[in-house]
Amino acid sequence: MTIAPIEKTILGPVEEIPYGEGRTYAVGLDMIAVFRLRDGSLRAVSAVCPHKGGPLADGQIDNRVVVCPLHLYAWDLATGCSQSGQPPISVYPVRVDDGHIILGD
Amino acid sequence: MTQKLVVIGNGMAGARTVEEILARNGDFTITMFGDEPYGNYNRIMLSNLLAGVEDEAGIFLNDLSWYADNNITLHAGTKIEKIDRKAKVVIADDGSRTPYDKLIIATGSSSWTPPMKNVHNPKRGFHQGVFAFRTLDDTRGMIRYARDHERAVVIGGGLLGLEAARGLQNHVSEVTLLHAMGHLMERQLDEKAGHMLQASVENKLGIKVITNAMTTEILGKDRVTGVKLADGTEIPCDVVVIAAGIRPNTQMVADSGLPVERGIVVDDQMLVRGEQDIYSVGECAQHRGNLYGLVAPLWDQAKVLADHITGRDTEAAYTGSKLSTKLKVAGIDVASMGLIAPELDDDEVIIYSEPKKGIYKQLIIRDGALAGAILVGDNSKAASLIQSFDRAQALPEERAEMLFDIGGPAGEVKPEDMPDDAQVCNCNGVSKGAICGVVNAGCKTVSGVMDKTRAGKGCGTCKPLVQRIVEWAAGGEAEDDPAASWYVPGVPMPKPELMAAIRKYELKSVSSVFEKLVPGGEHDAKSKMGLASLLKMMWADQYSDERDARFINDRVHGNIQKDGTFSVVPQMKGGVTTPAELKRIAEVAEKYNVPMVKLTGGQRIDLLGIPKEQLPAMWADLDMPSGYAYAKSFRTVKTCVGSDFCRFGVGDSTALGIAIEERYQGLEGPGKMKLAVTGCPRNCAEAYVKDLGVVAIDGGKWEIYVGGAAGAHIRKGDLLVTVDSAEEVIRLTGRFLQYYRENANWLERTYAFVPRIGIERIREIVIDDSDGIAEALDAAVDEAVQSYKDPWKERAVPATPGQFRTSLPLTVLPQVPVRS
Ligand SMILES: Cc1cc2nc3c(=O)[nH]c(=O)nc-3n(C[C@H](O)[C@H](O)[C@H](O)COP(=O)(O)OP(=O)(O)OC[C@H]3O[C@@H](n4cnc5c(N)ncnc54)[C@H](O)[C@@H]3O)c2cc1C
Ligand code: HEM
Ligand code: SF4
Ligand code: SF4
Ligand code: FES
Repeated sequence: MTIAPIEKTILGPVEEIPYGEGRTYAVGLDMIAVFRLRDGSLRAVSAVCPHKGGPLADGQIDNRVVVCPLHLYAWDLATGCSQSGQPPISVYPVRVDDGHIILGD
Repeated sequence: MTQKLVVIGNGMAGARTVEEILARNGDFTITMFGDEPYGNYNRIMLSNLLAGVEDEAGIFLNDLSWYADNNITLHAGTKIEKIDRKAKVVIADDGSRTPYDKLIIATGSSSWTPPMKNVHNPKRGFHQGVFAFRTLDDTRGMIRYARDHERAVVIGGGLLGLEAARGLQNHVSEVTLLHAMGHLMERQLDEKAGHMLQASVENKLGIKVITNAMTTEILGKDRVTGVKLADGTEIPCDVVVIAAGIRPNTQMVADSGLPVERGIVVDDQMLVRGEQDIYSVGECAQHRGNLYGLVAPLWDQAKVLADHITGRDTEAAYTGSKLSTKLKVAGIDVASMGLIAPELDDDEVIIYSEPKKGIYKQLIIRDGALAGAILVGDNSKAASLIQSFDRAQALPEERAEMLFDIGGPAGEVKPEDMPDDAQVCNCNGVSKGAICGVVNAGCKTVSGVMDKTRAGKGCGTCKPLVQRIVEWAAGGEAEDDPAASWYVPGVPMPKPELMAAIRKYELKSVSSVFEKLVPGGEHDAKSKMGLASLLKMMWADQYSDERDARFINDRVHGNIQKDGTFSVVPQMKGGVTTPAELKRIAEVAEKYNVPMVKLTGGQRIDLLGIPKEQLPAMWADLDMPSGYAYAKSFRTVKTCVGSDFCRFGVGDSTALGIAIEERYQGLEGPGKMKLAVTGCPRNCAEAYVKDLGVVAIDGGKWEIYVGGAAGAHIRKGDLLVTVDSAEEVIRLTGRFLQYYRENANWLERTYAFVPRIGIERIREIVIDDSDGIAEALDAAVDEAVQSYKDPWKERAVPATPGQFRTSLPLTVLPQVPVRS
């Protein structure tokens, strides 16, 4: 599991992300996919699929995993671990505060 | 409170049962007794050990450290001589007494020795040079002795005897197999098959076989010099291996006052009759009058026993097993399951026999299900037959498909013949070695292996091979996969049950299905798309469309490409276009600098490499409807020019194709639906290989073919019906497609669906209306047609925030960090 350190950043209003979907944000040089689970909580991971560069924010999710839209490999949203032998993705701390997406601690 | 569990017998059933109990976190202190002085080894592999294709290290399942790691006290080399039920203790041959709360008897069987003169030696059990074939010690002894001898005789021509004979050839130059019955493997093969097998064993392997050979005497004073048969024949030899059958080890159990008939009598929970705390499992157990001598039934018994003893599922019941066997002799293919001869007048018997090649195949079918099969000389279909036999699956209309690969790639490769680096899945680049690795790491279901490696998850053609490799790598221990029958992996129900439940609870959104129908309410990303498709089909415009349930293609109405861009394929009904339309497409392509403009296989034009955020503007400029080249839905109707221009044309294929596409455009389904209409049987539009293909024939008639394919899988469609009018074609097309939508599994294309149901049955339902549902099918498809909306009209206002926001590569402004 790789929890990447990141500077605290306000990404925008949480309504920008529909329930169960993801959107990509650029933070400095990093590209980060933020997902809003159906239970309302957020998850943030690196936006680029380590397999062949697929856009993870376009993937389908449930409360545990994101499935890359290109070749359907899956990663755990909490730990970043692959379930199918791929390299892990980075995960970032993220939360909702007063209707805003706060990335970093 | 932790209970004391004692297991008598450290063989395959005993150890597996303990593994199953550990897997259920059973709260026990476990003590195991085994007569053999080892940890637990794979008895089946003794044949391979003898044949020299496996070494001793390779056949151990659990070594001593496994017992230590799991806090199991193992007394290896200790025999239990009595069970004292009153005191609840077992008494061993070393005099020790071990108390139990729960007891499992898994004493297995011993080799049976037919009555023969001079076979025993009062001092050393068997006469010198005579061996049984049951244990590791037997096998070691045999190998050691055979090494410096030349001629062996095997008594018994069943599975075990044949494997012994083949194995001995590895050590001695001359092997003779004596069988008391009229033909080999008489329990598994009929007479013809037995003779065919005998010919192969003699000619290919060079083993001499004598049938109807009753051995009456072992010759030789202090060591074996030969055997004598009932008819007086003497066969000189220096090694004798007895493989004439097995008898369950029950004497000690019977002496302890437990119920023993042929075996230890157990009920459906594997509890010994009349006992609360004593179970029995494996070859020593007699269940509903049956004794089993193969491992597959033992695995099922072990699971039930573990469910019951741990309280995980006290209702779990073992109801008996269907038996199938394969001979483990390289170069000699034999498989057998169920009946070996018909029993009822209307049992259907199918036989193929090719004596010159030693090939014999027989199927017995009862009430549409496989009741028995024999294969000699060609096991390529064994895995699929065993599967249909075990699961009583519906059989293909074309019975020959069960015996041969028809229309598929020729010649099935055998897993054992493939090098480790051979690529199995050509889509995802998965090798045989990678699959075996996952299996060896403990994943023994086909779908589990597919999930972990992604093998078979591309075009799907390699799935049967993946299945064979998993079965081979698991050494016959591949586990049944309940999920195989589910519509989607995350909701434990086959499609009909799932649909009934959705209707009963009026579940109109994907999340409500997870919450109501999955124990624990767990959502599953990989199931969402299939459920969305099903709910849309069932509820049409009442469906509550949660956008996250859609795959990205369906969220933005384009096909995602390798770089995260999308393709735009406008509708071009029947592949017919106009100069004005072409100009518009050309202008749009220029305006947006489209990197590639290409003709598709479905007779339209593909604009590739479009960033997500440009899609709505492009659709507006094109002002053409979506061609649905991205969805699991009705795709295109290819047509040929037909009677309008073609000098051979006998029907107006173009007009009919356009009319069909006009009506059924965008119809979602469990898989893609690709259609074609062709103007004569020359078939320029390739209608014979479409999900539904229409062919004009002379006399103003049209033939409708269904279930064709020309993708990774190639299949000619089956003729459903010949009709007189284009209207009839359109109506029946809708009815067939609706029947497919309602009954096919997720991602099951018509080429699999049609043979699964059978064309006759489909014709009954769709054409003859035998089930009285034709009107309902017509009404349902009509409702779906009425609710069609061109998705590309969804462009003025995004359906969700950021629907068309780019996900990669990013061009948005960098965010400013806040200091806290
Ligand atoms: C050479 C060979 C090849 C085979 N090939 C196949 C095959 O290809 N496919 C297949 O399905 N099956 C095959 N079998 C059959 C399969 O091995 C058995 O069905 C299986 O081993 C039975 O398991 P079990 O635990 O019931 O008995 P066992 O594995 O025999 O285990 C019983 C154990 O209990 C011990 N024991 C007995 N009495 C006592 C006592 N009183 N106290 C302590 N310990 C005791 C025994 O020593 C033994 O170790 C083969 C068998 C052999 C011998
Ligand atoms: C991610 C995988 C795939 C993509 C992106 C893809 C894309 C496409 C596209 C865009 C078309 C043109 C369709 C049209 O004009 O409507 C097409 C046609 C076709 N595809 Fe695929 N496809 C994929 C997988 C497959 C698979 C797995 C098969 C075979 C099993 C297959 C077989 C075909 C065939 C036979 C055609 C020609 C259709 C016709 O002539 O009507 N495709 N594909
Ligand atoms: S377009 Fe089809 S055949 Fe070509 S690479 Fe993609 S999936 Fe394979
Ligand atoms: S299928 Fe027949 S009618 Fe159609 S183009 Fe070919 S030859 Fe002509
Ligand atoms: S690029 Fe993500 S799975 Fe292949």
